[in-house]
Amino acid sequence: MLEPFLFFLFAVLAVVGALGMLISRNPVQSALWMVMTLFAVACLYLTLNAQFIGVVQILVYAGAIMVLFLFVIMLLNLEATPRLGGLDWKKGVAFVLGVAVLAQLLVILSLRLNAAPTLLPAAEAADATSVENLGLALLTEHAFSLEIIGVLLLAATIGAVLLAKKRFV
Amino acid sequence: MLTDFLPLFIMVVLAAGLALTLLKLAEWLGPYRPRAVKSSPYESGMDPVGTARERYSVKFYLVAMIFIVFDVEIVFMYPWAVSFKTFLEGGGGLASLAIIGVFILILFVGLIYDIKKGGLDWD
Amino acid sequence: MAIIQAIWEVIDQPLVIFGVINGLLVTASLLVYAERKVSAWIQERNGPDRVGPRGLLQPFADVFKLLFKEDIVPTQANGFIHSLAPTLMVVIAMSTAAVIPWARTPAGDPLVIADIGVGLLLILAMTSISVYGVTLAGWSSNSKYSLLGGLRSSAQMISYELAMGAAAISVVLMAQSLDLFVIVENQNHELLGPFAWNWFRNPVGFIVFAVCALAETNRAPFDLPEAEQELVGGYHTEYSGMKFGMFFLAEYVNLWVAGLVVSTLFFGGYLLPWDPFFASILPPVLLTILQVLFFLAKVAFCAFCFIWIRWTLPRFKYNQLMNLGWKYLLPISIANILVIALGVALFHALGWA
Repeated sequence: MLEPFLFFLFAVLAVVGALGMLISRNPVQSALWMVMTLFAVACLYLTLNAQFIGVVQILVYAGAIMVLFLFVIMLLNLEATPRLGGLDWKKGVAFVLGVAVLAQLLVILSLRLNAAPTLLPAAEAADATSVENLGLALLTEHAFSLEIIGVLLLAATIGAVLLAKKRFV
Repeated sequence: MLTDFLPLFIMVVLAAGLALTLLKLAEWLGPYRPRAVKSSPYESGMDPVGTARERYSVKFYLVAMIFIVFDVEIVFMYPWAVSFKTFLEGGGGLASLAIIGVFILILFVGLIYDIKKGGLDWD
Repeated sequence: MAIIQAIWEVIDQPLVIFGVINGLLVTASLLVYAERKVSAWIQERNGPDRVGPRGLLQPFADVFKLLFKEDIVPTQANGFIHSLAPTLMVVIAMSTAAVIPWARTPAGDPLVIADIGVGLLLILAMTSISVYGVTLAGWSSNSKYSLLGGLRSSAQMISYELAMGAAAISVVLMAQSLDLFVIVENQNHELLGPFAWNWFRNPVGFIVFAVCALAETNRAPFDLPEAEQELVGGYHTEYSGMKFGMFFLAEYVNLWVAGLVVSTLFFGGYLLPWDPFFASILPPVLLTILQVLFFLAKVAFCAFCFIWIRWTLPRFKYNQLMNLGWKYLLPISIANILVIALGVALFHALGWA
C-alpha cells in the first residue's frame, strides 16, 4: 500500500527537520528547518484526508507564526548560538526531566499499541473532516469554545500592544 | 485525497528545477572575478559602517504579533462561511450569524484598542 | 502502441505541467514587454523597438544578458540563503497557478492541474509563504538597505494578507465552497450574465481584494520595499545577474497570478458572458476553447489595469500604507462579510437563491 509508505516518508521528514532545527548553529537556518517540519506535518494531515487542517497548518504556522519567529530572530540580532559549556546542575535536572517525559510517552504509546483504534473508511473520514462539517460542528457543539478562543485572541492582541508600547510611551 | 495534491507537488518540483537550472546556468556562463571592493555591501559608495544586522524597531514585531491573531480569526471564519447556507436551510442561519458576530465583535474590540493605543501608528 | 500509451499515462501529467510552466515563462516575458510599451505609451515615448520586430524580442535579450552577468555575493552574506530566496520566490509564484481552473471540459469537469477541494485557501497559504522570499533575501544580503527593505516589505505583505483573506470570505459565503471551480460556476447565471459575477454582486469585496492583490505583488503604488530614494533597491539591492533576474521573473509571474485570482473570484473566471446561452448553441469542445481564450483575455485586462495603475499613481508614504491596510481595508472587509452574510440570508428568505 502507498499510504503507510507516505506516512513514514513524511514522518521521517518531520523528524529530520526537527533534528536539523536543534543541531544548526545559525538561528535563521534553525527556523528554516522548523518550516520543513511544519510542511511535513501538513502533508501528514493530507494523508489523513484532513485537507482543511493541512492547508491551515501551512497558512497559520508556516505563514504567520514562523514569520514572527524570523522577525524575532532578526530583532534580537542573534548571531550563531554559543557552544554548550560544561555540565552544571541545571542541565542535569533538564536531562532527567527530558528522559522522564520520553519514558512517559513511551509507556502511553506501548499501552495504546494493543488497543489500536478502528480505522474509518477513507470516504467517511474525508466527509467527517470536510470544511462544511467542520463549520457545522464549530458553530453548534463548539460555539462556546469559539467565543472563548475569541477572548483568548483578544487578550493576545492587548498583551502584544502593552508589551511593545511600554518603553515607547 | 492526497493524490489530488500530487500534480501540485510535481509543479513545485518542476518549478524548483527551473529555478536551479537558471542558477546553475548563470554560474556556468557568467564570469567569476571577486574583488574586495566589488563584494562589499552597497552603502552609497562609502565603506560600510558596522554590521548590517542591527537591531530595528519593535514595531515590525508588533505588526507580526497582531497579524497572527487576526490570521487565526479569519481561518476560524472560513468553516462558518462554507456552512452558512446549510445553516440557513436548517433554520439556524441567524443563530450562526449571531455567534460569529459576537466572535468578530470581540476581536474588533482588540483592533480598536490597538489603533487607539497607537500600536499601528508609523508616523 | 500499448507501450506508448503506458508511457504516456505516466508522463502526461508532468508534461502538461512542464508546458504550463513554460507558458508562464513566456507570459512573464510578454508582460515585461507590455509593461515597457504601456509605460512608453503613457509617457509618450517609443519604448523598446530595436530587438526583433517592434522590439518584441527585448525581454529574451534581457534574459540572455542577465545569464552572462557575474553573480556577486556580498562578503559575510549567507550564500545558501542568498540563493534560496529567489528560488523560493519563483517556485511559489509559479505553483500558485496550479489550482486555477482554466475552463470547463466538455464532460463538465474543471480543466485544472491540481483539482483540490480547498484551492482558495491554498492560494492564501502560498501568498503567506512568499513572505519568506522577501524576508530571507533582505536578511541574507548583509546590507542595511536590503534588511530594511525586506522588513518593510514583509510587514506590508502580512498586513494586506489579512484584508485579502477577509475579502475572500465574502466570496466563499456566496459560493458555499473553497473549491475554485464551484466558486466560478456559482457566478454562472443565464439572464444576468456578467452582472451575476462577483464584481457586481460584491463590489466592496472586489475593490478590497484587488487593492490587496496589487499590494501583495509589491508594485507601485505599493512599491515601498524598493523606494529608490530611501532604500536603493530594497530587498534585492545586493542581487545581481540571474538571481536578480529571478526576482524580476517572480514579480511578473506574480502579476499574472494576481490577475488569474482576481478574474477567477470576481470576473467569473473562464465563464463567457451569458455562458448557458453559448453552451446551448456551441459545440462543447469549441466552448471549452473559447472559455480558455476568454479567461486569458480577462486576465490580460487585469494585468493591463495593474500596469496602468503603476504608471499613473505616485507611491504611498509608509505610514499611509500601513494605515490603509489596518485602519481602513481590514475593518471594511470584515464589515463586508457581515453585510454579505445578511444579504445571503435575505435572498434565502425570499427564495431567490
